Amino acid sequence: MKKILMILTILTGLFATGWLLAEEPAATPAVCGVAAEPAPAAINTGDTAWILMSTALVMMMTAPGLAMFYGGLVRRKNVLSTMMQSFFLLGLISVQWILWGYSLSFGPDIGHFIGSLKWFALSGVGSAPNPDYAGTIPHNLFMIYQMMFAVITPALITGAFAERIKFSTFAVFSLLWATLVYDPVCHWVWGTGGWLKTMGALDFAGGTVVHISSGISALVFALMIGKRKNYPARPVAPHNMVFTLLGAALLWFGWFGFNAGSALGANELAVTAFIATNTAAATAALVWLFLDWLVIGKPTALGGASGAVAGLVAVTPAAGFVTPMGALGIGILVALVCYLFVSVLKHKFGYDDSLDAFGVHGVGGTVGALATGLFATKMVNAAGNNGLFYGNASLLWTQAIGVIATMAYAAAVTFVLLKILDKVMGLRVKEEEELIGLDITQHKETAYTLVD
Amino acid sequence: MKLIIAIIQPHKLDEVMDELEKAEIHLKTVSNVLGCGRQKGVTEVYRGVKEAGNLIKKVKLEIAVNDKFVETTIKAISKAAKTGQTGDGKIFVLDLEECYRIRTGEKGSEAIG
Repeated sequence: MKKILMILTILTGLFATGWLLAEEPAATPAVCGVAAEPAPAAINTGDTAWILMSTALVMMMTAPGLAMFYGGLVRRKNVLSTMMQSFFLLGLISVQWILWGYSLSFGPDIGHFIGSLKWFALSGVGSAPNPDYAGTIPHNLFMIYQMMFAVITPALITGAFAERIKFSTFAVFSLLWATLVYDPVCHWVWGTGGWLKTMGALDFAGGTVVHISSGISALVFALMIGKRKNYPARPVAPHNMVFTLLGAALLWFGWFGFNAGSALGANELAVTAFIATNTAAATAALVWLFLDWLVIGKPTALGGASGAVAGLVAVTPAAGFVTPMGALGIGILVALVCYLFVSVLKHKFGYDDSLDAFGVHGVGGTVGALATGLFATKMVNAAGNNGLFYGNASLLWTQAIGVIATMAYAAAVTFVLLKILDKVMGLRVKEEEELIGLDITQHKETAYTLVD
Repeated sequence: MKLIIAIIQPHKLDEVMDELEKAEIHLKTVSNVLGCGRQKGVTEVYRGVKEAGNLIKKVKLEIAVNDKFVETTIKAISKAAKTGQTGDGKIFVLDLEECYRIRTGEKGSEAIG
């Protein structure tokens, strides 16, 4: 019991810094009734084991999870290029994170906007816990857990420019985007001293940091790179729905590490988040299938997969703050809104967000962030806050500020980056290369042989 | 010698094969093909986007026979592949100029079968 209280104490401190206890120096756990002494930094082996596992689960979400989900949705001639983008980011962002990404995101605060470079190349980031972030696991475990979030975020954007991006431009863009968009936004929301964290915006596992930032950037990218040749006159049928379903299932599986892992301990909060995650995914999948049935007459496999992912996206910021019923409500809401965007509005507007990176992650992330302002309740997590449905309208407003600020910042920086890269490197492959396919023209490989 | 090319519904392949075996027609090549005729294409829907006019999956049989087996073969295929619906397929009969068995070097009628 004492251990549980201690974990709760630290978690309370972690999620409450800024809004519950802004005026008090230490994260005093009034909720638990434990002494006000800050807990000594002691590593808990159960917590450490769970976060190690969660780190590996989140790694799996990028590749094979997202790689297969996206890879199945493109044509045969582009499957390697699409999967390769996710795989490549595992390499690129891992190194970026070790060198300066972690320091910029979580390092000592500069003006509530970004971390300093004091932790460059992980200097000072050792196995001693950092109670500001997670007091019961090694600091460097928190670092590598967060690395996997940094890896998947730019990978989500790849859905917007699939089948026409120049690989070299993609590589440079991703490195710059991770440094100039992800790292600062991550600091705003999660870094000690970050302005959104201080303001009390709730983002349990990265709805704003991961999904809104990447989703809105995906929309800007889709608009600036332009449509694929012959789109939408000739719709592109997914070349392998089995990949896509397998990828979606792996994402669902990995998301337990993403959301339940964000409790940063093997505790009650992790279980709460786990249940909320599964509930929202299941509900959204069902609702999306039902909408398909209603609108086109058949329940589609892709509809089920899309719904599940949308549900997972939306519950991400809310997972540790809502009841299972709240998660159910989020699942219904996000399926309705994302369905509308992906199946109707996208075609009305006419932009080619090829694999619906914005339609699912940007829109779903926004629904999730706002829904957290509706469904959050202190009954679930005393370190959280009450949302509108629990009598507190101000949280919804705070959430909206987080959404708008992230969208504006990410969109603006992405726009400037792409303007520059378009001049310097060019965004698209040549028309002929696009028709031949990116696998051959960008990588000198093909996914499938026809003759042995 | 004739070369018989039949385009049939994929789900009828098993029955056609059985019927050909009964008629003692052993030499055949089968492949998956795409095509369309009066049946037009099929419509698939992905995330609400309808894709009309996709080519339909069909199975193609290629059978080389001596002249006296032509009628038997056509009957066997027609019997087994017919459902009476649009899309049942076609049978083409072509003159076959020559035929060699690679293993023995035999040619002509000897080499078929």
